[in-house]
Amino acid sequence: MEHYLSLAVKSIFVENMALAFFLGMCSFLAVSKKVKTAMGLGVAVIFVLAVTTPMNNLLLQYVLKPGALAWAGLGDMDLSFLGFLAYIGTIAAIVQIVEMTLDKYVPALYAALGVFLPLIAVNCAILGASLFMVERDYNLGESIVFGLGSGIGWALAIVALASIRERMRYSNVPGPLRGLGITFILTGLMAIGFMAFGGIQL
Amino acid sequence: MATNMKSTLFDPLFENNPIALQVLGICSALAVTTKMETALVMAAAVTLVTACSNFAVSLLRNMIPSSIRIIVQLTIIASLVIVADQVLKAYVYDISKQLSVFVGLIITNCILMGRAEGFAMQNPPVLSFVDGIGNGLGYSMVLVCVAFIRELLGSGKLLGHSLIPTVNEGGWYQPNGLMVTSAAAFFIIGIFIWALRSWKPYQIESDEA
Repeated sequence: MEHYLSLAVKSIFVENMALAFFLGMCSFLAVSKKVKTAMGLGVAVIFVLAVTTPMNNLLLQYVLKPGALAWAGLGDMDLSFLGFLAYIGTIAAIVQIVEMTLDKYVPALYAALGVFLPLIAVNCAILGASLFMVERDYNLGESIVFGLGSGIGWALAIVALASIRERMRYSNVPGPLRGLGITFILTGLMAIGFMAFGGIQL
Repeated sequence: MATNMKSTLFDPLFENNPIALQVLGICSALAVTTKMETALVMAAAVTLVTACSNFAVSLLRNMIPSSIRIIVQLTIIASLVIVADQVLKAYVYDISKQLSVFVGLIITNCILMGRAEGFAMQNPPVLSFVDGIGNGLGYSMVLVCVAFIRELLGSGKLLGHSLIPTVNEGGWYQPNGLMVTSAAAFFIIGIFIWALRSWKPYQIESDEA
């Protein structure tokens, strides 16, 4: 249990997807103008990450790993080179399923997320989490915690950035730095803030 | 046609830089730039994959039904990235280890999707190929600039060769530890955008409402 807790804290704060690994930066910068939309995207990312990371873990364990196809009598097959294609396929498919399910059963949430849901398929944080999961050899339990944790960390970062940017409206930023430039500097300062979590071990 | 080709190739360098203006492909731009070596390999990989995927998407552009175009583009891109990954693993294994997940993340690099969707779907193959190279170069330029500053100030080295002797090795330069952290990458790109927009003022964003 402690192991899972430590993994969760690590993936939320210490190894924050957005601020330590720069994953999901594109939407991070583009969708952080308002707290409300940032919140919507954050929730969607948490949801999709929590589902896709364990799914890809199962895929890895039972289909792609060397010898994983032993249950089908193909013990000497190694399909790991197909990894990228399989993961992105899974992600795209799950995003589509999530979209249709939400549309049918929770139309309010679906309307709130709007265009962000399909965009999540190409959010690097999602694929990044799956690839980290493969690289660090997480098992199913760990990948659930890791997926959920990275999602929460990412959502936390984007909501924080959006609130700072809402406040920025009152400040007089030099013309050429306005918009994208100052956002980068802000994110850098936030990354320094999150660095304070570095080295925390539970 | 010739001028068209030329502007397609060179516009993305300064006029319409994928990172500084189109806000595409930032994720990997920041993560692989602690060293020149990884930045160069990454830049080459992205440029090639962008060019080839643009070419392929453009060849198929009249056959792709628009309702499933995203998944078709993703499949093309993912296949090309697998090829790039296998090549890197075969020939520069050490660097491919350092790049770790970021080679795979080329798939979700928005430059690829952005150019496939925004350019290759409307233009003939050869022009799309050139556009891919151009955007790849624009991306590479930012990557190499950032890596240059970070490696030089962060560890006093360039491409692994010691340029400024650091204190640890008996020299005078105290390496700036901030430069190897993620925050420095954000600052450098922010300042880069500032400089670029001061030089080309029409890129300045209007006040956000």
